[in-house]
Amino acid sequence: MTTQAAGGAMVQVHGLARSFGDIEAVKGVSFDIAEGEIFGFLGPNGAGKTTTINMLCTLLRPSGGSATLNGFDVQRDRSDVRRSIGLVFQQPTLDEYLTAEQNLRFHAYAYGIPKDVREQRMRELLEMVELWDRRGSAVRTYSGGMKRRLEIARGLLHHPRVLFLDEPTLGLDPQTRRSIWNYLLDLRQREDLTIFLTTHYMDEAENADRIAVIDHGEIQALDSPAGLKAMVGGDLVTVGAPDLGAAVSEIRDRFGIEATLGLDTLTFHVDGGEAFLPEFVRGFSQPITSIGLRQPTLDDVFLEVTGHEIRDEEVSDYDQLVQSMGRGPRH
Amino acid sequence: MATSETIRGLWVVAYRELLRYVTERSRIVSSLAMPLLLLVVFGAGFTNVIGGMAPGIDYIQFMYPGIIAITVLTTSLFAGISVVWDREYGFLREILVAPISRTGIVLGKATGATLQASIQVALMLLLAPILGVHLDLGIILGLIPMIIILSLGLAGLGIFLASFMRSQQGFQTMMQIIIFPLIFLAGVFFPVNNVPVWMEVISKVNPLTYGVDAVRQVFLGIEASVVGLGVTVGDHTFTMAQDVMVMAAMSAITLTAAIWAFNRQE
Repeated sequence: MTTQAAGGAMVQVHGLARSFGDIEAVKGVSFDIAEGEIFGFLGPNGAGKTTTINMLCTLLRPSGGSATLNGFDVQRDRSDVRRSIGLVFQQPTLDEYLTAEQNLRFHAYAYGIPKDVREQRMRELLEMVELWDRRGSAVRTYSGGMKRRLEIARGLLHHPRVLFLDEPTLGLDPQTRRSIWNYLLDLRQREDLTIFLTTHYMDEAENADRIAVIDHGEIQALDSPAGLKAMVGGDLVTVGAPDLGAAVSEIRDRFGIEATLGLDTLTFHVDGGEAFLPEFVRGFSQPITSIGLRQPTLDDVFLEVTGHEIRDEEVSDYDQLVQSMGRGPRH
Repeated sequence: MATSETIRGLWVVAYRELLRYVTERSRIVSSLAMPLLLLVVFGAGFTNVIGGMAPGIDYIQFMYPGIIAITVLTTSLFAGISVVWDREYGFLREILVAPISRTGIVLGKATGATLQASIQVALMLLLAPILGVHLDLGIILGLIPMIIILSLGLAGLGIFLASFMRSQQGFQTMMQIIIFPLIFLAGVFFPVNNVPVWMEVISKVNPLTYGVDAVRQVFLGIEASVVGLGVTVGDHTFTMAQDVMVMAAMSAITLTAAIWAFNRQE
C-alpha cells in the first residue's frame, strides 16, 4: 500500500478527522497527493468523501488532525488555501439568473483577478468548454452538461493549483461524462494541475493515477487502479452448474481453488484466465450450464476491500431525484 | 489582509445583488406592490373620512412618508430571501469558498439591499406630485441618510433571520408574520400617541416607528410632531436626530447579529 506520493506533495493530510455529534464521519485519514497527480476518492455516498473535501477546502473545520495544501495549512491559512484551489461541487453552485459571463466575472472579482488577465482567461476557458457562443445566455437555459462545464471553467478561472471535483459527472449522460473527462485530462496536461476527485463511478475512478478506497470514514486501500486490481488476485471466473455445492468441492479437489458460492453461480479467481478456461472445461466431470471470464474491475476491488458492494449503499436524495428524472447514472 | 477581504466581499456581493435586481423585473414590482396597495387603499379610504390631521396636513401628506418607510422595509427585509435563495440553489457555496470574509458577505448583502431600497424609494417619489405631496431637493437629500440607516438595520434583521431558515417558503411565511405587526404598529396610518396603552407600548418599542417618524420629519418638519403626529414619550417629542440614534442602534444590533449568525454556520 502506497501512502507516500512521489516528488513534492501538493496536498498532505495527516490523521484528518471530523465528527458530527456522535457520528464520526471521517476517522483520521492520511495521504499525500503529488503535484500533477489525479487522485481519486472512491466510496459510496456517506463514506466521508464530501466531508474530507469540505475540510480540505476550508468549508468545514476538522475535529482532529491536520492538512496542508500548496504548503498552506487548511485551518490557519484559509485564504491562501482558497486561492490555491478550484472547486466543482456535486450540486450546482451557479447563479442561474445570471449569464455565464456574469457568473465568471463575479468569480474573478471575488478572487481579485486583475482586469487584463480576467477577460483573456475568461475567453480561453469558455472556448475550451465550448460555451463561448452561449456566454451571454442566462445559465438557467443551459443543459446539465453545459452547467457542469461552466462550473469547471469557473473553478479554473483563478489559476488554482488543485482542482477539487466532487462527483463531477453525477447525473450526466454517458456522452457528456466522456466529454467532460476529455477536458479534464487535457487540462491537466496544459495547466500542470493537481486534481482531487471523488466518485462512486468505477469507470470514472479509472482516470485517476491513484485511488483511495474509502468506506465508513476510513481509507481501506490506496494504490494505482492496476495495483488495486492486482490485490483482488487474478481474473474472475463465473460458473453456473446444476449442483453448485458439488462443483465447489470438485474445484477445490482438482485445482486447489476455493470458490465462492453465489445465488445461482459460483465465482473464483485465477491468474491467466484465458489459458485456464480450456483446461478447466476439459477436465471438469460435472455438467456446466454457463461459464464466464472477466478482468477484475474496481467494483471487485471495492467488494474485496470493504466486504460489500458500492451500490448497496443508499443513494442520496440528489441521486434519487436525478434518477427519478430519468437521466440518472447507469451503473 | 482581513480588511481587504471584507471590503472586496462587500462590493462583490453588493454588485451581484444589484445585477440580480436589474435582471429580475418581477422583484421590482413585487416589493412595490405592498406599499402601493396600502397607499391606494388607505389613501382613498381615509382621506375623506379623516380630512386634516393637523392644520395644513391632510391624510395623504401624513401617511405618504410612512409608505416610503414601508417601501424600505419590504425591500430590505427581503435581503434575507437572497441568502435563503443562495443556499437553496447552491450559490452560497461559491460565495463561502471565495477568499472573502463572512463579515464582508453580510455587509455586501445589506449594502445591496440598501441600494435596492433607494431605487424603490426613488420610484415611489415619482408619485409625490400626483398625490399633492410637497417634494424638493432638500427633502430628497434629507431622505438619503434616513433610507440608508433604516435599510441597513432591516437588512441585518432579514439576514439574521435567514441564517436560520432552510427554505424560501419558511422565510416568506416568517416575513408575513413579522411584516404586518411592524407596519401596522409603526405610526404609518395613525399617530402612535392617542391609542390604547398596549398598542402604544408595542408601537414605541417597534424600531420601524422611529424610521417612519424620521422620514415624516424630513417631509413635514418637527412642527407636525409637536402637534401630536410624531412620537412622544412622556412629555418628550422625539427629534429627527433622536430617531436616527434609535435606528443606528437597531442597525448596529441587527448587523452584528447577522454577522454572528452567518459566521457560525459551516
